[in-house]
Amino acid sequence: MTTNDAAIVAEGLRKRYGSSYALDGFDLTVRRGVVHGLLGPNGAGKTTAVRILSTLLRFDGGSARVGGYDVVTEADEVRRRIGLTGQYAAVDETLSGRQNLVMFGRLYHLGARQAKRRADELLEQFGLTQAADRSGRTYSGGMRRRLDLAASLILAPEVLFLDEPTTGLDPRSRNDVWDAVRALVAGGTTVLLTTQYLEEADQLAGRISVIDAGRVVAEGTADELKARIGGDRIEVVVRDAAQLPAAAAVVARIGTAEPETDADTRRVSAPVADRMAALTDAVRELQAAGVVAEDIGLRRPTLDEAFLHLTGHRAETDADTDAVKETAA
Amino acid sequence: MSTMLQRPPGLIAPPPDRTPLARLRWTAADAWVMTKRNMAHVVRAPEEVIIYFTLPIMFVLVFGYVFGSGMELPGGGDYREFLLPGVFTMTMLYGLGATATGIAFDVDRGVVDRFRSMPMARSALVAGRSAADLIRAVLELATLVVCGLLVGWQWRGGIADALAAVGLILLLRIAITWVGIYLGLVVPNPDTVGVIVFPAAFPLTALSNVFVAPELMPGWLGAVSEWNPLSSTVAATRELFGNPGFGGDSWAAQHSMLLAVAWPLLLLAIFVPLSIRRYQKLSR
Ligand SMILES: Nc1ncnc2c1ncn2[C@@H]1O[C@H](COP(=O)(O)OP(=O)(O)O)[C@@H](O)[C@H]1O
Ligand SMILES: [Mg+2]
Repeated sequence: MTTNDAAIVAEGLRKRYGSSYALDGFDLTVRRGVVHGLLGPNGAGKTTAVRILSTLLRFDGGSARVGGYDVVTEADEVRRRIGLTGQYAAVDETLSGRQNLVMFGRLYHLGARQAKRRADELLEQFGLTQAADRSGRTYSGGMRRRLDLAASLILAPEVLFLDEPTTGLDPRSRNDVWDAVRALVAGGTTVLLTTQYLEEADQLAGRISVIDAGRVVAEGTADELKARIGGDRIEVVVRDAAQLPAAAAVVARIGTAEPETDADTRRVSAPVADRMAALTDAVRELQAAGVVAEDIGLRRPTLDEAFLHLTGHRAETDADTDAVKETAA
Repeated sequence: MSTMLQRPPGLIAPPPDRTPLARLRWTAADAWVMTKRNMAHVVRAPEEVIIYFTLPIMFVLVFGYVFGSGMELPGGGDYREFLLPGVFTMTMLYGLGATATGIAFDVDRGVVDRFRSMPMARSALVAGRSAADLIRAVLELATLVVCGLLVGWQWRGGIADALAAVGLILLLRIAITWVGIYLGLVVPNPDTVGVIVFPAAFPLTALSNVFVAPELMPGWLGAVSEWNPLSSTVAATRELFGNPGFGGDSWAAQHSMLLAVAWPLLLLAIFVPLSIRRYQKLSR
């Protein structure tokens, strides 16, 4: 892919805070007209990357182009082509929803009448017509997020940055945001979506870059990422937890890597090379070992497992325990 | 919600024009949008303005009627006539809080991030704030003049002198606005700003000629008061309005007219570049 068909190209971005790097050789290429997921745990550098690409943040090394323009030397051109919905709603909460959208439209130098008409359209599309003239302060979290999203869509931008757009939203609002993103992409916009939710990346993004500690550690479609950690896995659920060690011994003989045991769900799993052989071997050997299996199956790994494999730690749980450690320290 | 969110035909930002005149027009248009935004805030939250007005009116009543009867002026004259130009100027100083809080609020809330990710002139946010505060100051001053006339204040000079006095008051207000903009940018937390501004502003009014003639203060306090930028504007406007209580023996008191222009210009020369630099450095 040449630079020209790419909506976003970042090469070797570095951003330092004090003595540590928030981005440390961050590379990313996003094709036009797709949703690209940037998946990573808290503190991985997602927001830093988005802020650099949307011209908000200076950086210490590397280069980046958005919509074909350099984010430093041609920042004005970039700003005409992007929309940004950050982690926190960036609207004027004193003004009404309509006043916000008209104001942003005027700042894009739309004429007064055009800005008003566009505001009405967006209020309608995001189900905010009823609340259009109320102060933003009275909006719920979901409404505010939708207003924020509407504000970044005034010109239906070429490239839209969505930084954890559904964090803190209830499931219904989250589905609304997902629908809006799908509709946008159908209209030709390129979306860079950051998320900590593997499910969200899986749902929306054609391609996913996994970011950890300031650099991309893996990239591909959700299926490719799953395949990369060893393809199919065999999974055995035993009836009696006491038989887990015996089951693990069997699975260890069949699989190509150490089995993982989950006592809560009485589950043993391991990657396998040959699907059908593994399945028949497992049935026979478990029977021979006297292990009563409730379920034996083959499945592709979840994105969570892919993440664990690629970064050496779990996505959400590790971030949580880190946070706990920090408060304890 | 599920309708197609396509770019409506013809809806694109006009391409940037790089000639200086076009850039200036672009900046002015953006600054005007920001000015209207700040005025809309006043309309949406009028209670803030009302609270803001009660203070100077209370000072007029408390000092003019309660303490004022015991106050003597070194050169003679009516105390309330002496007091009003001081209150006009003091009100300009207290505008600092609203300016700083407004800017800090923007920075804190991330709405500035949106502005900065748009093809908007970089200086429009601060320029718009400054313009809106000037419009507010004109309205405030008009209200205070009416209050003053009601309690017996009047100007004794010509209309040109009175307008010159108003000009000096507004010039100080513009300078104070930029101090406030800078404060709001350095302390980007609206609550902290509110707490800082009042304790800083109050001694500045107490140590000035707003309520008491500096000649009546103990030695060094009087000197500090005479060199206080507020005092220069107050003394100059007293002279222009033909109200009592200007002049004195010190150089500062004798050149209050000059200082009333020089002080604000000096503040502007310091705080305009500082604020713009600071605003651009938000990208760190
Ligand atoms: N303004 C800042 N000052 C110091 N460190 C920062 C700042 N912003 C981010 N960081 C650090 O940079 C790293 C990446 O942060 P961020 O990009 O916000 O991650 P994410 O969005 O993936 O959670 C984190 O370790 C964070 O603590
Ligand atoms: Mg983040």
